[in-house]
Amino acid sequence: MSVAAASPTSSVAVTWSPRWITDRLGSVVLHIVVISLTLAWTVPTLGLLITSFRLPADIANSGWWTALAPPFRFTLDNYSQMLSASNLGQGLFNSFMISIPAVIIPVTMAAFAAYAFAWMKFPGRDWIFLALVGLLAVPLQLTFIPVTTEFVKLGFTPDNLQSIGLPPFIPLWLAHAGYGLPFSIYLLSNFFRALPSDLFESAEIDGAGMLTVFFRIVVPLSVPAIASLVIFQFLWVWNDLLVALIYVGGTPNVAPVTVSLVNLVGSEGQNYQLLTAAAFFSMIVPLVVFLSLQRYFVRGILAGSVKG
Amino acid sequence: MASVTYDHVVKRYTADLTVVKDFNVEIKDKEFMVLVGPSGCGKSTALRMLAGLEAISEGEIRIGDRVVNNVAAKDRDIAMVFQSYALYPHMSVYDNMAFPLQMQHMKKDEIEKRVKNASRILGLDNFLKRKPRALSGGQRQRVALGRAIVRSPKVFLLDEPLSNLDAKLRGQTRIELQKLHRDLETTFIYVTHDQVEAMTMGDRIAIMNAGILQQVGTPGDIYDHPANLFVAGFIGSPTMNFVPATVDNGTAKASGLEVKLPKPVSAAKGTLGFRPEAVTDRVVDGGPSMKMKVDVVERLGSDQFLYGQVGTDQVTARVDPRMSVQPGDTVQLGLDTRGLHFFDAETEKALI
Repeated sequence: MSVAAASPTSSVAVTWSPRWITDRLGSVVLHIVVISLTLAWTVPTLGLLITSFRLPADIANSGWWTALAPPFRFTLDNYSQMLSASNLGQGLFNSFMISIPAVIIPVTMAAFAAYAFAWMKFPGRDWIFLALVGLLAVPLQLTFIPVTTEFVKLGFTPDNLQSIGLPPFIPLWLAHAGYGLPFSIYLLSNFFRALPSDLFESAEIDGAGMLTVFFRIVVPLSVPAIASLVIFQFLWVWNDLLVALIYVGGTPNVAPVTVSLVNLVGSEGQNYQLLTAAAFFSMIVPLVVFLSLQRYFVRGILAGSVKG
Repeated sequence: MASVTYDHVVKRYTADLTVVKDFNVEIKDKEFMVLVGPSGCGKSTALRMLAGLEAISEGEIRIGDRVVNNVAAKDRDIAMVFQSYALYPHMSVYDNMAFPLQMQHMKKDEIEKRVKNASRILGLDNFLKRKPRALSGGQRQRVALGRAIVRSPKVFLLDEPLSNLDAKLRGQTRIELQKLHRDLETTFIYVTHDQVEAMTMGDRIAIMNAGILQQVGTPGDIYDHPANLFVAGFIGSPTMNFVPATVDNGTAKASGLEVKLPKPVSAAKGTLGFRPEAVTDRVVDGGPSMKMKVDVVERLGSDQFLYGQVGTDQVTARVDPRMSVQPGDTVQLGLDTRGLHFFDAETEKALI
């Protein structure tokens, strides 16, 4: 806000032409919109962060912003209580066990499929692609009952899978892969299609087969797209509660950290100070994933390929 | 050993869209053949069919004695340089050039030997570790050439390789390419829309228009004896003068010019063609003459071009630069009948 207010006054001397006023007004409006959106997103998060360091009694009696004025009464109790609470460690472990394959499976499949949709000719390609894009519009909730029924029929329940020595996470891997695939294929095939066709023709003459082209040209050139897709899919799976509840239910040795977090809160909303601490704790992992993949967002990865 | 033969080749996309029609050319071993024509004339398609990037609708393409219609691009023993260079942007210059050899599962030390050799020829020794984005346009172009050279292919295909370079570099690279052709002793097939490139580089030129091959011949041959109106107008700069004429008793009459044709023609109507340099500033006794009303004078130092009206026709003349002419003058010019062409009005074929 200070930016918007300060800039017109500081440059009064320059000019007051109508063009100048509209330009200024435009940029002021833009700044206001951007700043308000940023505030709208960050203020609740900030509130949550502050709350996580407050005493339960204070939380119940006053708003989080009052903590910003003296007397300062902050505590780490919420975090230590949350960490000592029953099975958070198990939940984190499960979350990793679920997330990693549930990212790798759909992204790998999508990359192959997208390559086919973008650069291979086969009958019905465009129709299949259209159907796939149509799947993007299917609401998740619609699939719960039929898919669960099918899983039970096939014996894809955690207990059953464990009794025959298979990982109990399989239903979640399959479900997340299925939910993630349409978007992943759509995103990647759009990216692959934008790669210059000369590269593919050149590789073909150089003697590269389809798989070689995929692994040595398409994948290295699509690292930014694949990295952003990995982040999307990881965030979605990591933060998911609904799908996990539906397919593996409350089975504690399979449930992800989101389920453990929900269980911290009592049915009447007591202990919600623990939830705030837990929320920040569980945020660490996606943050690390995001920051470590950030360096792959390279601008101009195609520079030098086909322009003179 | 590596001649290339196009035998009645047709490329058809749909029933009404035929981009190459009955294309017949025989390119000799070690020849530098240039395919030239305006954009959309099918020259690139003809090249891409040879490269194996486009299917052949009809006819046969042979490399040496082998019919390659159904041979995969990689097995045709050809290398292609693309207009865009198509370098692999994530690979170093070395890896770009090594890529086709790796695809042939060649031994590492052999690959290194060949890449080093190519980089020496092309002056890329100091850039082998760089990525294409850190190279200038001319250097990228040479990497693209290098990627073709390392394979020592039977035939080099070049698809407008100079069109992304600036004018000065283009002139240099033109000369380098000719040297390279001489050193490598390989068949080159070169596609361009630039008639200067075609004239200067080609051992022979094949001129195409609207999917149809117009004429094949040496640059001199095509310049002096164009087969039809299109070829005559496409090759040469400034272009050949065309004036409509009627023929009466062996004499062609145009609006401002009368000339006795050096040999009889069957047509009664047609187009008289002569290059600007066939126009002379001196009229030979008894020879053809014309009065030109000069509109524009261009002095280039070595030459002087006059643009003006002869009768109702537009004519360009190349005259001695010492001749003193001002725009608006009317000058008396002669014509060297050795450089005279006559094209049939119907078929546009050259009759003289």
